Amino acid sequence: MVKTMDAQFNPNDIKTKFLFLTGKGGVGKTSTACATAVALADQDEKVLLISTDPASNLQDVFHMDLSSTPTVIPDVENLFVSNIDPEASAKAYREKMVGPYRNKLPEAVVTTMEEQLSGACTVEIAAFDEFTSFLTKSEIVDQYDHIIFDTAPTGHTLRLLQLPTAWNGFLEESTHGASCLGPLSGLADKKDLYANAVSALSDGTRTTLVLVSRPDSSSLTEADRASRELKELDINNQILIVNGLLEDHNEKDEVASTFYARQREALEEMPENLNQMKVYSLPYVPYSLTGIDNLRHLFTSYKEKIMDATIERQEINLPGLKTVVDDFSMNGTKLIFTMGKGGVGKTTIASAIAVGLVEKGHRVHLTTTDPAAHLEYQFQSEQQNERLTISSIDPKHEVEKYKAKVLEESIKDLDEESLAYLKEDLESPCTEEIAIFQAFAEVVAKSENEVVVIDTAPTGHTLLLLDASEAYSKEIARSTGKVPESAKKLLPQIRNLKETAVVIVTLAEATPVLEASRLQDDLRRANIDPKWWVINQSLYATHTSDPILKGKALAEQEWIQKAHDTFGENTALIPWFSEEKIGYNKLKDFMVENK
Amino acid sequence: MKKVEIFDPAMCCSTGVCGPSVDPDLTRVASAVYSLENKGFDIKRYQLTNDPDKFADNNKINRVLQEKGPDALPIVLVDGEIANVGGYPSNDELAEWFDTNPEELTEKPKVRLSINMNDLK
Repeated sequence: MVKTMDAQFNPNDIKTKFLFLTGKGGVGKTSTACATAVALADQDEKVLLISTDPASNLQDVFHMDLSSTPTVIPDVENLFVSNIDPEASAKAYREKMVGPYRNKLPEAVVTTMEEQLSGACTVEIAAFDEFTSFLTKSEIVDQYDHIIFDTAPTGHTLRLLQLPTAWNGFLEESTHGASCLGPLSGLADKKDLYANAVSALSDGTRTTLVLVSRPDSSSLTEADRASRELKELDINNQILIVNGLLEDHNEKDEVASTFYARQREALEEMPENLNQMKVYSLPYVPYSLTGIDNLRHLFTSYKEKIMDATIERQEINLPGLKTVVDDFSMNGTKLIFTMGKGGVGKTTIASAIAVGLVEKGHRVHLTTTDPAAHLEYQFQSEQQNERLTISSIDPKHEVEKYKAKVLEESIKDLDEESLAYLKEDLESPCTEEIAIFQAFAEVVAKSENEVVVIDTAPTGHTLLLLDASEAYSKEIARSTGKVPESAKKLLPQIRNLKETAVVIVTLAEATPVLEASRLQDDLRRANIDPKWWVINQSLYATHTSDPILKGKALAEQEWIQKAHDTFGENTALIPWFSEEKIGYNKLKDFMVENK
Repeated sequence: MKKVEIFDPAMCCSTGVCGPSVDPDLTRVASAVYSLENKGFDIKRYQLTNDPDKFADNNKINRVLQEKGPDALPIVLVDGEIANVGGYPSNDELAEWFDTNPEELTEKPKVRLSINMNDLK
């Protein structure tokens, strides 16, 4: 039976001071957080909205520059917004540590200090450190009625939330004072602050965890996974918001009918764990949720906005995925990455590219580093082509494998005391980055014999991975330990334009396009130039006549144009398909040209 | 008794597991220093990023760094005089400095048991 929504979400239902939003990337966490914040502030509640997402886009929503210092939003009395940029926090931390020695030690020596403090763990910790003060410092907390955290995509969120528990143990057990926390030893005295952060999170009278999901099976599955994992951390006060629910549709329009039916089906199959909590919905709206006016409409008169649509349809001619695959096939591309924020369909596009290349006669290996991806789901158990092999890099599994390998290699040379020492260091957060990197390098090494398509992790994570790989290759030069051959080769290989191509996957909406352009800038700074932009799930490309979906389709034009004219070196457009393309044969449907 | 100070380069952790791979030498040194400390010997280890003051304020260390750059690390001082540059001391060297047996530094310690007195009641 279709789950009856408890109600349309109303921000007044929020009774706790702290509000955390979580969910797969692209489900509308930011929009929901912003609209909630605006609605609460409009009711004279003093609200602080904080983004901890490394790929934050609050500045796009409010059309203004933001920093970690809470800034008041003009036109919304009572609303303050703060953007925690982990990279910037890490930089500030780095400067605090290194700055005083610039004139005391030689420049080259200072550079090695900076390099060491550029690692992934410094970024994580510096961001976490800023985040805890908003939860625990009474001079900040007491100022507001509500503090809303628009958190990062799930994997990141979980790590962020798991850190306090893990670290409390880590700091206690770390008796030798020599561990990965070493460079951040200045933070050890904040143990009490971290403990307070944990108790604030698991206190249902203070914190509400808002799981945000689209009405589709993959994001509901992800919300369910996140929900259960957080329950294990005693974060039990959870509610679910199903965002983007199509309430009315034109039954004569095929696209709208399947769109509607698919949403209802997904809700019918909602995991039991989610069904047991309060479930709210937010309507599907044809306009983008940026700017104060649009945010205010969401909870009030969202339907009126549809009538305002005065935009006319323009002809935009862009190739489909077939052209992208032909390009790779003809140019002998060996290594293909799909990148982009979670929820834009990276896994599907990576799978479709892999299938397209197999159909052209290439041997292809498809792999994913995205913890939330479901390659298995994508292919089911269907009989595959013999030229296609599939693997997935599971971070948890890779970390265990790496730990076991290190211990196995060291056990013969080390006494018990040293092993205990080593085990302690292996518990550190950066072990994960290293472990994933090694697994990743092994897969890339296969591109000598076949094409490798990698469905990489969401934005923030992807960047950390590449940053890690860069620091990694520098460190190899002076390391005396054993380094796998595959790891040494990776970075130059990623930068080899002849054999490697990066595909940025996005949606024809404001936030995904702007995020993709920031991702592209970051990649370019790392000397990686994306070859294709693929705009996925476009309603514009479907020619729907349903009033709401058509409104959305017309609103897409601006972003398709922007992607094509301003950002993408080459741009392809993929229509929204009225059926999910599951299985090898269905994935071939991507190989058609746009009408 | 001699005083030994080891000045480490900037690194993530003293065993090297957070670097690209495990460096067995780092683990050996970490373990040897730990055993020596436990036996009451005067041995100290400073890491560039953790204790930059120790590097900046020590004229000998600072001079070597000015001349040779960061690759000169690790540097070992014995009673304030430079003993090693660009490498860690071997266990034999450590044993000699402290007039102890090198086996004491590699010997596998007895298995530690933690006994909770409450459980024995």
